[in-house]
Amino acid sequence: MGAEFVQFSLTPILIGMFAAIACALPGNFLILRRQALIGDAISHVVLPGIVVAFLLTGTVAAIPMMIGAAAAAIVAVILIEAVRRLGRIEPGAAMGVVFTTLFAAGVLLLEQSDTSAVHLDVEHALMGNLESLIWLRATGWESLLDPAALAALPPELGRMAVVCALIVALTAIFWRWLKIATFDEGFAQALGIPAAGLGFGLVVTAAIAAVAAFDAVGSIIVIAMFICPPAAARLMTNRLEVQVLWSVAFAALSAVLGYVLAGYGPLWFGAANAVSAAGMIATVSGVILGLACLYAPHRARIGAAREDA
Amino acid sequence: MSAILDALLLGAGYNAALVALGAGLLGVAAGASGSFLFLRKRALISDAVAHATLPGVGLAFIVMVALGGDGRNLLGLLLGSALSAGAGLLLIEWIARRTRLPEDAAIGAVLGTFFGLGIVLLTVIQSLSAGRQAGLEGFLLGSTAGMLRADALVIAVGGTLAVALTWLMRRPMTLVAFDADYAAALGYDIRRIDLAMMALVMAVTVIGLKVVGLILIVAMLIIPAVTARFWTDRSGRLIWIAGGLGGVSGYLGAALSSAAPNMPTGPIIVLVAAGMFTLSLFLAPVRGVAAALLRRRRFQARVHRRQGLLALAHGEPIREPYTLRLLTRQGLIRPDGVATEAGRAQAARVLRDEHRWAKAREVHQDAGLSGRYDGLTPIEEVFTPDEIAEFDRRLGPPVIVGGAA
Repeated sequence: MGAEFVQFSLTPILIGMFAAIACALPGNFLILRRQALIGDAISHVVLPGIVVAFLLTGTVAAIPMMIGAAAAAIVAVILIEAVRRLGRIEPGAAMGVVFTTLFAAGVLLLEQSDTSAVHLDVEHALMGNLESLIWLRATGWESLLDPAALAALPPELGRMAVVCALIVALTAIFWRWLKIATFDEGFAQALGIPAAGLGFGLVVTAAIAAVAAFDAVGSIIVIAMFICPPAAARLMTNRLEVQVLWSVAFAALSAVLGYVLAGYGPLWFGAANAVSAAGMIATVSGVILGLACLYAPHRARIGAAREDA
Repeated sequence: MSAILDALLLGAGYNAALVALGAGLLGVAAGASGSFLFLRKRALISDAVAHATLPGVGLAFIVMVALGGDGRNLLGLLLGSALSAGAGLLLIEWIARRTRLPEDAAIGAVLGTFFGLGIVLLTVIQSLSAGRQAGLEGFLLGSTAGMLRADALVIAVGGTLAVALTWLMRRPMTLVAFDADYAAALGYDIRRIDLAMMALVMAVTVIGLKVVGLILIVAMLIIPAVTARFWTDRSGRLIWIAGGLGGVSGYLGAALSSAAPNMPTGPIIVLVAAGMFTLSLFLAPVRGVAAALLRRRRFQARVHRRQGLLALAHGEPIREPYTLRLLTRQGLIRPDGVATEAGRAQAARVLRDEHRWAKAREVHQDAGLSGRYDGLTPIEEVFTPDEIAEFDRRLGPPVIVGGAA
């Protein structure tokens, strides 16, 4: 837990935690609204978004990429809605049509364009590069107070922290509206809450979380974090407030445990190389959900407990 | 251009031809089995199945290397992927049945977790083989370049088997897709048929891994079925239209990608399918957007014509521009808004129709018939001539109507 930890592990763990929490918060509402898979769809269309942004700007700077990805996510949401309404197709199938098509277009564009000079490939988009977001200038815990060292923090950390704070703030501000509209949309409309706008806003917020997290940690974490921590939290309690807190705790736990297992786990088994941290974080979140499915207090459907016994 | 033609006519070499045929067969199987999923409203479960194959591929590679074999044996890898996809499916079913989480959350959770685990195993393999490329990344997006002849054969044979299985199981699966309760009442075991459907989807996914990759195989299962839905309302036809569309996109896509450089097979197949979907969305005869617009325009024209003629009959001025344009174009009014001879005749007819309807609703006993008045349907379409004659008798002798003449 010395200088080496600060240098190599502190920032990736923090970034992973912020990313996990930013995705888990909107995930709570998406699951309750039966829109859990929208996170899956968004994380797929991020790829065409960044490829188009790259083709337009010619750089791999973070800001244009994030704008491109966010735009792609919004286009995808609108397209899904259009296909659903115009073709009168059930939402799941409409989603499947739209996100696979956009993803295919993204892969094709990527293959056709000359991106060999820059680091932009599908595997990077999937796995992220959490391990490489290290803080080389740090010499130990005291670097946290050293302005020169702090200036050399990976920029992803700042971005992810800001996005995470933004999402926490949005959740807090719209808490009452979100809660009412999630459980009883008709009642929300009767109260004058713009439920449709709120639903779209929720999806856009999820897209922002996905895009920011994707930039730092790849899209696997995004898919898993939208669903696994909130789903596990859902089995722990019947109160939304408590559920959100549980989901944040599970998300943070997955990030820390996943990173540590990925970074140090193989060493315990005598292997030399670390494994993918993003993949391990997703796996840990799945294991947590599995445990919740087996032992959580509120796991059963109402009335199903007797039938199972 | 001739390269593309060559590839389409199977002239681009034995392997390319085998891959194109295999992709075509795979497309038929995927389209047909995907249409059951679509009808059962569980289309996205295929996404979880596809992502859940990855850890199996990794594990199979590790096991085969540990046993001293070549880790890249396609059959072994496919077997491994089928095992882990099956485990994923059972987990989804278990979560959705035993806990209160909805199925979509279960799908997403299994998808994310298995995929993450798969990526972890891939990095393990990378460090095991120490620099030597295992080539497993090809399973993410598919790669037919440099495919071995044996691999192409596996795909062609597997595709044929999957089509045959779909054919054998089409009746129980259609029944369950449409009315699970009725099927249960007939004595079918719903859970077993659902599992068989999933097994079929899994088989298609596993066979398709090498060609289109696990991220895009979902598209081959979903898009043809959704496209076919635009063209028919009959399930029997839906399955084979979907199969046909899937086959065409698989064959075309594989042939096109073998003919040009930098054209990855999977994405091209998906984009061909997506192109057919877009065409169908807009141009399909009944459910398409163009047909719906046309229906709307016709309806609008009928309403405006009727209301315009009624206004003429009552001698009221028409101010609605669309009505004026419509009546002018049909030669019913002159450009200054005055009714022509034909216009007055039509107006009289429409007014008579209104009067007959009013009388019909007043005197006729059958509300089912007189309730069909909607201000558009001519009375002749609802009542018999002698009934209409009776309405006319009650209405009394005709009165002179006329516009502003």
